[in-house]
Amino acid sequence: MTQHQKSHLDALSEIRSLMERSSRFISLSGLSGVAAGTFALIGAALIYVYFGIVPFEGKSLYYALAPATSKWGMHYLTFLMVNGGLVLISALAAGIFFTTRKARHKGQKIWGPLTQRLLINLAIPLATGGIFCLALFKHGYVGLMAPATLIFYGLSLVNASKYTLNDVRYLGISEILLGLLAMFNLGYGLEFWALGFGVLHIIYGLLMYFKYEREALA
Amino acid sequence: MKKIIVQLNKTFDNRVRLGIMSMLMVNDWVDFTTLRDLLELSDGRLASHIKALEEEQFIEVRKQFVGRKPNTSYRATKAGKKAFTDHLDALERMIKGVKE
Repeated sequence: MTQHQKSHLDALSEIRSLMERSSRFISLSGLSGVAAGTFALIGAALIYVYFGIVPFEGKSLYYALAPATSKWGMHYLTFLMVNGGLVLISALAAGIFFTTRKARHKGQKIWGPLTQRLLINLAIPLATGGIFCLALFKHGYVGLMAPATLIFYGLSLVNASKYTLNDVRYLGISEILLGLLAMFNLGYGLEFWALGFGVLHIIYGLLMYFKYEREALA
Repeated sequence: MKKIIVQLNKTFDNRVRLGIMSMLMVNDWVDFTTLRDLLELSDGRLASHIKALEEEQFIEVRKQFVGRKPNTSYRATKAGKKAFTDHLDALERMIKGVKE
């Protein structure tokens, strides 16, 4: 390859990089996925312990068991809310930590038009799903809530993937498929939920970490 | 081979202009500061290249106030997008031609 052609190749790769850096938030860290998945699994495990049930052991209707259970000095609703809140806060904190670290490394701004656009497009289907689930709860369709959260979360990811790493799209599609599967297998909500928010996040996070970050940080 | 060289656009024969156009291809309006930060340039150097692209009518300018601060944004024109796409096609063909 001559000097000339080499410079054309350089120009093309710089063009691609600038197009990507100016239009997508590419600093999303795979490690934040691993952390979020781990916290989700811990949260799910605590729920099994609290209600004294075993995963995949028949259709344990944990929401039917729930009102009768009171452990660790906490009413079941308080327990579920504290548990969910802690999982959410630790997952967000870890996500912000790892993503900030990667953004600094990549020289991308953590808070700018790109992040705002990403978050807004993530939030629209996610908030819709949240409100939808509140309505399900209100009308007593509690068993549909876990599948619905998975489906709406998947849709949010598919929508947000246009503004960040394209791989997020495949995580989104997996969440949607899992949610649909859960819809036809009611009673395994918590199992599907642990698979979707726990296992899938960890697998996706590890794939992203080895694809984009390992050599970059080394 | 000569024909291909003719298709490479002289205006884009520069890293900075190539960079500006790349960003304007995938975004709508991009402001001066964002261009400057991503390309890591001084205000003066960026301004001179923007002027060159403006003179070719490859980009258009919008000046407005965000609060009290003046804010200048740029967008690629239709002609600019066409010229840039042609330039990229020519670059690609040159590289492919070498591999065969």
